[in-house]
Amino acid sequence: MNRRKIKSPSDLEKLRQEILAKRDPKKPRIAICAGTGCLALGARKVITTFKEELKKRGLENEVEIRETGCPGFCEKGTIVVIYPEGIYYLQVQPGDVPEIVEKTLVEKKHVERLLYTDPTTNEKAIHEDEIPFYKHQMRLLIGNNIKVDPKNIDDYIALGGYRALAKALPEMTPEEVIEEVKRANLRGRGGGGFPAGRKWETTRNAPGEPKYVIVNCDEGDPGAFMNRALMEGNPHSVIEGLIIGAYAIGSHEGFIYVRDEYPLAVENTGIALEQAREYGLLGRDIMGSGFDFDVKIFRGAGAFISGESSALMSSLEGKVGAPKPKYVHTSIKGLWNKPSNLNNVETWANIPLIINKGARWFTSIGTEGSKGTKIFALVGKVNNTGLVEVPFGITLREIIYNIGGGIPNNKKFKAVQTGGPSGGCIPERFIDTAVDFDELTKLGSMMGSGGMIVMDEDTCMVDVARYFIDFLVDESCGRCVPCREGLERMSEILNDICEGRGKEGDIELLEELSEVMKDTSMCGLGRTAPNPVLTTIHYFRDEYDAHIKEKKCPAHVCKALIEYYIDAEKCTGCLACLKACPEGAIAGEKERVHVINREKCSKCGICYDTCKFGAVIIS
Amino acid sequence: MKKMTINGMVVQVEDHWTILEACRFYGMDIPTLCYRDGLSPGGICRLCVVEIGKGERTKLVTSCNYPVEDGLVVRTHTKRVIRARKMLVELLLARCPSSKTLQDLAAKMGVQRVRFKVKDEKCILCGLCVRMCEEQMGAKAIGFAGRGKERRVTPPFDIKSDVCRNCGACMYICPVCQLRCQGPEPPSVVCGACLNVEPVCLQDNDDVMCYLDTCGWCYKMKKR
Ligand SMILES: Cc1cc2nc3c(=O)[nH]c(=O)nc-3n(C[C@H](O)[C@H](O)[C@H](O)COP(=O)(O)O)c2cc1C
Ligand code: SF4
Ligand code: SF4
Ligand code: FES
Repeated sequence: MNRRKIKSPSDLEKLRQEILAKRDPKKPRIAICAGTGCLALGARKVITTFKEELKKRGLENEVEIRETGCPGFCEKGTIVVIYPEGIYYLQVQPGDVPEIVEKTLVEKKHVERLLYTDPTTNEKAIHEDEIPFYKHQMRLLIGNNIKVDPKNIDDYIALGGYRALAKALPEMTPEEVIEEVKRANLRGRGGGGFPAGRKWETTRNAPGEPKYVIVNCDEGDPGAFMNRALMEGNPHSVIEGLIIGAYAIGSHEGFIYVRDEYPLAVENTGIALEQAREYGLLGRDIMGSGFDFDVKIFRGAGAFISGESSALMSSLEGKVGAPKPKYVHTSIKGLWNKPSNLNNVETWANIPLIINKGARWFTSIGTEGSKGTKIFALVGKVNNTGLVEVPFGITLREIIYNIGGGIPNNKKFKAVQTGGPSGGCIPERFIDTAVDFDELTKLGSMMGSGGMIVMDEDTCMVDVARYFIDFLVDESCGRCVPCREGLERMSEILNDICEGRGKEGDIELLEELSEVMKDTSMCGLGRTAPNPVLTTIHYFRDEYDAHIKEKKCPAHVCKALIEYYIDAEKCTGCLACLKACPEGAIAGEKERVHVINREKCSKCGICYDTCKFGAVIIS
Repeated sequence: MKKMTINGMVVQVEDHWTILEACRFYGMDIPTLCYRDGLSPGGICRLCVVEIGKGERTKLVTSCNYPVEDGLVVRTHTKRVIRARKMLVELLLARCPSSKTLQDLAAKMGVQRVRFKVKDEKCILCGLCVRMCEEQMGAKAIGFAGRGKERRVTPPFDIKSDVCRNCGACMYICPVCQLRCQGPEPPSVVCGACLNVEPVCLQDNDDVMCYLDTCGWCYKMKKR
C-alpha cells in the first residue's frame, strides 16, 4: 500500500482524523481473535465461515470483519465480539456462525448459549466488563488486543497510537524522557524487576557507539505467553515504546529477539515494522524530528537460557546462546561489546502509556515499590485460565478466586507457584499477600516473567519440586559447575525421595546445595533454580518427611509410594475395574470381591477412576 | 593505581588487575581450577569465589574475572566462601574422583566426604584445554558441544580436526589427564590425601613464611 509519510505530529493527528472519518462507529463489526491460542482451536475456520455467511446474505459490505490479537481468555476460544454493542461470544465453532449472523447481526438478539455463564449463579454476561474473568482485571496493555488488527497500523493509530512518540520527539529531550520513565518507577517485566529508567540512563551515558536497543521476546518459560500475546496482538505498542527508548538512549539500531516457536509474532511484527516504515515512523528523520532509527527482527533458537541478557546477545552475534562469564553489564558492554539496552516486551509496551499519561498517573497504580500493571499467565487448577492483567498490589486470592473463578471440583487450594520454572511455591496461608516484586521475593518466590500455576490439594509438593528441577536440568547451559552439577544432583536426590529411596540428611543436603548454587552460579538460571526446592522444603517440610521417613506420599502422587487395593466391604464385584485394568492385575468373579495383584499393578490408577462404588483405595 | 581492601588490609592495585591477581600479589591463597596464567579466565569452576561488599549487602563473585575497583572490599575466606568452595569441590569430586588435582584440593580444603552418587567421568569441563588450544597453540582444534548434561569437549563434528598438530598441550594442562589418582575406590571417593608433595620448606628452610599459604603439608601434620 502507498502510505503518505508522517512528517510532523500534526500530520499524525490529521491521518488519525482521516482514518476515523472513513470509519462509521455504528457499522457492525465482528472482531475475531486470530491469536495463536484461538487459531489452534480453529479460529481460521470461524473467520472463513463468517466471510462466506456474510457473502451469502449480501452483507459483506454492511459488516466488517476484523482479525484481532489475543484478549487472553484462550481457554474459551474462539472468541468473537460483535460491535458496536460489544457482545462477547465464547467458544465459537464454525457451526455457530450462521446463528450469530442471523440472530445478532440481523435480528439484534443474543445467542444465549455462546455468552459467558456464571458456573454458580447461571447468570449470563453479555459484555466484556461483565465477565468476572475480565471484570477484575486492569487491562491497560492487553485491553486493546481485541480492538486492533495487528496487521493494520491504522487500527493502532485510530486508537491514538504513536501519539506518545509524537509527544516525545519534538517536546521532550532524551534526558526528559529518561527522567519521566525514572519517575514512573517502571521496573523490568522480564524477571529481575530492575528499574528501566536507570538502565536506560546507564546505556545512554556508557562510552561507545553505536548503541543498541533490544526487545526480549524469548519467553522460554513453559506455560507463559504474555509476550507472545502482545507481540502478535498489538506489535505497534511495543515498537512505539522501543522507538521512544531508542530516542532517549541515543540508539539508531534496534532488534526484536523473537523465539522461533512464535511464527505469528514474527509475521505480525514484520508487517508492523514495514507499515511503520511506510508512514515514516521508522527510518530516517522520524516525524520530521531529525532522529533516525530502524529495527530488525531476529529469530532465536528458542532455548530457555537464550532469554538471559548476555546469552541473548551472544545469540544475536551469531554465537551459541550461552551466558558470558563477565562482570560487565550488557547495558555498558553488550552486543558486539557496545552499550546495549535490553528490555522485556511488556516493559517496552508500558512506555507509550507513561509518556502519554505521565509518570504521576502511572505511579498512582500499584504498590510502593511496584508501579503499574503486570500480565500473568494463570494456569493450573483454576476454573478460568488465561492471561490476566492486574495492578500490582492485588492479592493472590483476588487473582485466583475473583478472576480465576476458584479451584475446580470443590477441591482445596494448596499453593501457587509464581515466576516460571525457577519461581517458588507460595502456600495457602499467604494467599492474601499483595502481589508485587518485593513481596513475592520475601516469600522466597519471584515475579519472574509472570507465570502463575495454581495447585490444589491433590498436588505433591516434592513431586512439584522434582518436576521443575528436571525441567531446569535440561535447560541449564552446562557451563558453570554449581548449576550443571548441582541441578543434576538435586534431580537425583529428589527423584530418589519420590521413588522411596530418600534418606536421612537429604533435606539438609538439598538446602546446603541450594544455598551454594544461589551464591555461586554464573547467571540467573542457576541462581534462581533452587527456589522451587527451597520453598517447598520451607513450607511443606512435613511432606518431605513423610516421603523420606514413612515412605508415604500424602497427596498420593508419587507412584512408588502408593498402593492400590480394593475395600472388600465396598466392592460389589461388578467386574468394571477388572476389565479396565491394562495390566490384567485384578482378579475376581462376578459378585465376588476383587483383588489387586501387587506384582502386576503398574499403579496407573485406572481402576480408581473406574470404580463407581469408591471401593478402590489408595494408601 | 586503585585502592581496595582485601581481608581488612588496604592495598594499592594495578588498574587492569582482577581480584585474583590482586589477592595473589598480596599473598592471599585463593583456590582456582579453571584459571591459568596466560589463558583468559573461564569463570567456570567458581572455586575462586570471594565475598565482596560490606554489611548486609555482600555477594560472592568469581575473583578470576572480576576487575578491581576503587573502594572494593574483598574477603577471601569467609564462612560463606568456604561453604561454597567445599560444596563445589564435593560436586566435582563426585563427578571425577580420579583427578589428583581435585583430590588434592579436597584434602587441602578439608572435604572429607562426598554425599552424592559417585560417577567416573573423564572430564570436569573446566575448558582449560579448549582455551589452551585456541589461545596458546593458535589451533582451535577442540571446543565445547552440547548443552547441560550433554556438554562435552570435542573436535568439530566429533572427528579429529586437521588443524590439530598433536602437540599434547591439552593433555598437559588437563587437571584430570595430567595426574591420575589411583587411590579412591567408590564409595570411599575421597582418597588418602597424599598430596604427593614434599614441601620444599622442609629440606631447606624450617621457618619459611608458610602461614601465607597452606601447602597441604601443614594441614596433614595438624591432622596427626
Ligand atoms: C535463564 C534466564 C531466562 C530469561 N528469560 C527471559 C525471557 O524469556 N524474557 C525476558 O524478557 N527476560 C528473560 N530473562 C531476563 C533477562 O536476562 C533480562 O533481565 C531482561 O530481559 C531485561 O528486561 P527487563 O528489565 O525489561 O525485565 C531471563 C533471565 C534468565 C537468567
Ligand atoms: S548458571 Fe547454569 S545456565 Fe547460567 S551459566 Fe551457569 S550453567 Fe549456564
Ligand atoms: S579435558 Fe581436561 S582440561 Fe579439557 S575441559 Fe575436560 S577436564 Fe578440563
Ligand atoms: S578459577 Fe575462577 S571460576 Fe574457575
